[in-house]
Amino acid sequence: MIDTLVFVIGGMLAAATSILFASLGETVSERAGVLNLSVEGMMATGAAAAFGIATLSGSHLLGFIGGGLAAGLLSLVFAALVLVFYANQVAAGLAVGILGLGISAFIGKPFEGTTIDKIPKLDLPVISDIPLVGPILFNHDVMVYLAFAMIFVIGYVLKRTQLGRNLRAVGENPQAAAANGIPVRLVRCCAIAFGGFMAGIGGAYLSIAYTALWAEGLISGRGWIAVALVVFGSWLPHRVAFGAYLFGGISLLELSLQSNGVKLPSQLLSASPYLATILLLAFISRDQYRLRLSRPMALGQTYRNET
Amino acid sequence: MLDLALVQRTERSRAAAVLVPLIAVGLTLVCGTILLSLIGKSPSAVVHSFFIQPLSSLNGIGEILLKAGPLILIAQGLAIGYRANVWNIGAEGQLIVGAVAGGTLAIIFETSSSPLLLPAMMLAGAAAGAAWAGIAAFLRVRFSASEILTSFMLSSVALQLLYYLVTGPLRDPMGMNFPQSIVFGDAALFGALIPGTRSNTSLFVALAATIMAWFFMSRTIWGFRLVVGGLAPDAARYAGYSSARAIWVSLAVGGACAGLAGVGEVAGPLGMLQRNLSPGYGYAAIIVAFLGGLNPIGIVFAALLMALLYVGGDFAVVSAGVPNASATILQGMLLVFYLAASLLFTHRIVRRRAKAAT
Repeated sequence: MIDTLVFVIGGMLAAATSILFASLGETVSERAGVLNLSVEGMMATGAAAAFGIATLSGSHLLGFIGGGLAAGLLSLVFAALVLVFYANQVAAGLAVGILGLGISAFIGKPFEGTTIDKIPKLDLPVISDIPLVGPILFNHDVMVYLAFAMIFVIGYVLKRTQLGRNLRAVGENPQAAAANGIPVRLVRCCAIAFGGFMAGIGGAYLSIAYTALWAEGLISGRGWIAVALVVFGSWLPHRVAFGAYLFGGISLLELSLQSNGVKLPSQLLSASPYLATILLLAFISRDQYRLRLSRPMALGQTYRNET
Repeated sequence: MLDLALVQRTERSRAAAVLVPLIAVGLTLVCGTILLSLIGKSPSAVVHSFFIQPLSSLNGIGEILLKAGPLILIAQGLAIGYRANVWNIGAEGQLIVGAVAGGTLAIIFETSSSPLLLPAMMLAGAAAGAAWAGIAAFLRVRFSASEILTSFMLSSVALQLLYYLVTGPLRDPMGMNFPQSIVFGDAALFGALIPGTRSNTSLFVALAATIMAWFFMSRTIWGFRLVVGGLAPDAARYAGYSSARAIWVSLAVGGACAGLAGVGEVAGPLGMLQRNLSPGYGYAAIIVAFLGGLNPIGIVFAALLMALLYVGGDFAVVSAGVPNASATILQGMLLVFYLAASLLFTHRIVRRRAKAAT
């Protein structure tokens, strides 16, 4: 029982980390009024690029940076489509998502079937050895803590800084923001690029830290779940993070059910994250009035600075 | 450097309707060739295997028609929804569920030689696809849950459902544990379209859908209401049109078309239920719908082009040693360039000085 508890709660933090990075990035992008549906493709590109770079250079740090930059570059294609060419955000997101899946398969191909070392877990003196608490909270790699820290960094920047106020203004009412001298397109472009970079880090975590391999279909819907979590968390970083950890828990529960020989079709367990997402979305969206209060007003709308 | 500026058009350009897809295809060709040259493939060999080889044999043309069928069918259904601003991106799952429903009938009536079996399978597939998409419609209308996300999630669920069925209840008992069903009887299969190729008569279903889509969207009040209900829900409500109905109809039609396409696969080239039912037709059809300008006739041309990419991609993998993923990248590029070039629908490019003179 204790072992299962340690396994589920401890594993939950690591299992959630990849989705957490991606959904925090998407939160920033959506708070600036841009719905970027290409998260799945960006995560895949980040994962493949990071795996390739980490394998060739032997450095996980370079892998993470490269994965983030690759996905960030891809997100600039999306930014160009919606900010320069006034493309519909949904269509542009789908387009770049497909492109990203193709690119990831392309760069990941030579590395299929190979494996690399995971990043080492922090082994803190004394506190990692505390019974129960030690293995659950203090026996993870550094990215798990970095993702956790990002919840508060992003929450603080969005809420308390001028940058965050400008970004939210752009997402609520870009015309008014522009009238106040805020460079709407520049702010949106930066938000998109940040979202892309975070999605890339999330993908990289999956390939070079969590599974230590690359395969086509590695992301398997996590990018879409990340997008759904932003709605679930009503565009607030701490609530989005809560959703991500919840999902980490669900996926771990699935594993421990399977290993404890619970007689359920394995396909039902594989489908459970998607079923859970559908149920949570229906649950959270049913109160449209409340949802409308938290949703950025200009989300999904094309911004034109012409008359 | 040329000093260019964008000026908004006062009316939608007709020339752009032809120009935009051509620009997208041209840019994709240029960038695709550059990309493949970078990994050391000779551009002429790549172009040859992508565009000449598929068109220079009867077999290749049969393969293109085989793949164009489901793409046309699904894209016609999706385009109706997209024009109403209803974003069904779960056609892949609706295809799978339709294939399962039609395939189940073929398995139950294994020994039947009735000419009604195939029509019954098509009906079952369309109904199942519509019902699967209907879940997303229900969640959107009743709970306001985004159909973009739910329809995608439902695709992942459908795939697991298929895996469960072909390894369990619908598995061929004599099939040595392979995850596949029995081979369907002849009465459950579409006839050959061109003898000696894999193309089959399900293409006529796609063409019938094209004519119906054209008639529905441009000649009936329902098509008009659907578009208004999606584009301007408030205006639609004021005029007495229901936006809930637009959501239901869009998703049901899209799901039915995808379900039918699924039957076309199992009752066509596959002849059985198995784990891989579609090479991503449900997603490629999204690109086809856009590339065709959400126009029924445009979609036919877009689907033929996309089918050429699929078949050419297969040839290129074999004969030019191009990575598998190239076809996906080209598909993505095509849509990216199309969306960028779509600016020409609403804007034109002028020389700044010329503008100042007028």
